[in-house]
Amino acid sequence: MTKKFLTIALGAALGLSATAASAATLDDVKAKGFLQCGSNTGLAGFAAPNDAGEWTGLDVDTCRAVAAAIFDDPEAVKFTPLTAKERFTALQTGEVDVLVRNTTWTMTRDTTLGLNFTGVNYYDGQGFMVRKSLDVTSALELSGASVCVQTGTTTELNLTDYFKANGMEYQPVVFEKLEEVNAAYDANRCDVYTTDASGLYSIRLQLTNPGDHVVLPEIISKEPLGPVVRQGDDQWFNLVKWTLFAMVNAEELGVTSANVEEMKGSDNPSIKRLLGVDGKFGESIGLSNDWAVRIIKHVGNYGEMFNKNVGPDTPLGIERGVNALWSKGGLQYAPPIR
Amino acid sequence: MDTGSVAYVRTEDAPQYAPPSTKTGAVGWMRDNLFDSVANSILTIVGIAILALIVPPVINWLFIDAVYTGDSRDACVVEGAGACWAFVNAKFGQFMYGRYPFEERWRVDLTGILLIAGLVPAAIPQVPFKRETVLYLIVVFPIAGFVLLTGGNVDISAGFWVSYATLSGGLLAIVAAVCINAKLPLARPLIGVGLGVAAVALVFAIAAFDFGLVYVETQLWGGLLVTLVVAIVGIVASFPVGIVLALGRRSHLPAVRLISVIFIEFWRGVPLITVLFMSSVMLPLFLPDGVNFDKLLRALIGVALFASAYMAEVVRGGLQAISKGQYEAADAMGLSYSQGMRLIILPQALKLVIPGIVNTFIGLFKDTSLVLIIGLFDLLGIVTLNFSDANWASPNTPATGFIFAAFVFWIFCFGMSRYSMYMERRLHRGHAR
Repeated sequence: MTKKFLTIALGAALGLSATAASAATLDDVKAKGFLQCGSNTGLAGFAAPNDAGEWTGLDVDTCRAVAAAIFDDPEAVKFTPLTAKERFTALQTGEVDVLVRNTTWTMTRDTTLGLNFTGVNYYDGQGFMVRKSLDVTSALELSGASVCVQTGTTTELNLTDYFKANGMEYQPVVFEKLEEVNAAYDANRCDVYTTDASGLYSIRLQLTNPGDHVVLPEIISKEPLGPVVRQGDDQWFNLVKWTLFAMVNAEELGVTSANVEEMKGSDNPSIKRLLGVDGKFGESIGLSNDWAVRIIKHVGNYGEMFNKNVGPDTPLGIERGVNALWSKGGLQYAPPIR
Repeated sequence: MDTGSVAYVRTEDAPQYAPPSTKTGAVGWMRDNLFDSVANSILTIVGIAILALIVPPVINWLFIDAVYTGDSRDACVVEGAGACWAFVNAKFGQFMYGRYPFEERWRVDLTGILLIAGLVPAAIPQVPFKRETVLYLIVVFPIAGFVLLTGGNVDISAGFWVSYATLSGGLLAIVAAVCINAKLPLARPLIGVGLGVAAVALVFAIAAFDFGLVYVETQLWGGLLVTLVVAIVGIVASFPVGIVLALGRRSHLPAVRLISVIFIEFWRGVPLITVLFMSSVMLPLFLPDGVNFDKLLRALIGVALFASAYMAEVVRGGLQAISKGQYEAADAMGLSYSQGMRLIILPQALKLVIPGIVNTFIGLFKDTSLVLIIGLFDLLGIVTLNFSDANWASPNTPATGFIFAAFVFWIFCFGMSRYSMYMERRLHRGHAR
């Protein structure tokens, strides 16, 4: 008997948290006073600890934006680092309220797991990195090159397809582990390194001379990464979806964290609606009407979030590329708030 | 008789010459140990050549070319830079405490001091009050450590107290009924059970008491703190459970033996990584919606059960090494089973298997790194996690971080190993070799 008690007590003590994962996630989150966000166990630029041990990154800021919209406080969020294998279970069982963990949006995941993707906060895809000394500017010039690639991944299959489709020859140099691929490329055993583009940028930092390498503009696969929520709670789904849309709309309308207060006085009707001066758009997702102001004030618009975490001025130095606004040749597009 | 005139009898010792120079000092030692044959001479020269090739660059990389100060990767990516100790320096707090809140870290320090205050007197044989020290270590310290690390103030509902009181009453009633039925005196068993129930209630009361400490959820724990918590809980829990299982496996009672065998073989048969993985991926699916067990608790239970099975087999090895005569001697002296085990068999058996026990402990200590599988960051986990900080990514960062982690692990494992050798020498009476 005592043993059983001990288990119960320890469970209670170490946080046997019984949050009823009912339909109204927003009510639960409000009652808890914080957002529980599933994040990565460490990925440069997306979820990584800084010197003070705080989580930073694009995915982390997406979570902070949701928390800011609800609580007007970007710190009202707790992160649960999840491995690739346990992420969906954690979301399904209600351990986390939202999963923002560089998760690729695919049809299988969207339709069979009882989950919904709310949008895309980063368009990733497989890319190529080469030495600058090779003087290559496009992946189409890579015929005859030796390519370092991790074996047994979709990366390897995409590589084969791409070279075959373009009638080019290549010599694969395959390895089991990512670290081995890094070392081989650094030791000049191959001309080209291929993996997801965001990964290429962080690997570049670990090479002996990062400045000697360049990531080519071609992206040969689709890896749209985005936040995920549980199916069956449309209010919560809309909230997370429109948090991201608000950030993209804000960038398009030129609203930044610096000028958001003065923009409230703008005559532009779109800005007025976004910032809650006109209309009651916040109430339709269960929040106050200044929801977007809170997001932009604390986290910034999409461009600010991108530049702060992965953009050209960070060590990663990723160009906007396909993640630029639709109006600037990219794919980031948000429906209007009206 | 004048012996002095006999030329062939010595009256004094021959003068003692110093040994030949080739047999003494550094030269003698080298001739004896390094160059005593052609083959050994060649091996020595090759060995020295290899050392000369490896050691200077390693020293160079580790210390001379190393970067000790800096705020970011820029300090470590300069041409020809060695180890990036600035990275370890900047992240040292995280490596020790994880993301434990900065202003609360004194609680971890205090827990560590309390542990050392108990361990040191317990480990040195000359210090008196062993019984009190051990009592402190297995009762007072865990409660104090729990309250300090988590913050205590556990939310125990009134309903829990009611059901606890009811069940305690029920337990007392059962004991009383059994005693009356067997016509045994009532007082002693009732007082014993009553005290036990009260002691457990006291532990709960302390855990529920508000000491004014901020609650720190285990998700924030990390680094060496998690490594030590998992290892110590695993070691402390597995030792008694392992002994019980080993005795159970050698028991003459079929049910007890069967249960012990099943337990041991099950836990030894699955890899720890699978246990942890199941606990984090499968277990939540079986629990009711929204009920989550704390991840650290899951890991602690998994590691403790796993280590117990290994410990049981080590202890069983020791039990089997004790000759049948010892068991019969215990019986012949009229000792009960528990007395015989406690006074005669276990002291001999455990002494025999000290190397095996410490081996299991060291293995367990290193296995703690596997908790990374379930998203907990032990020392190695948090070091690897910080490689993903783009602000510090450099060619030398990973190697430096791994060397630091390896060094910390080595200190603990080497310490355990040396202490076990000391205990062996102290206890080796009778089987000295």
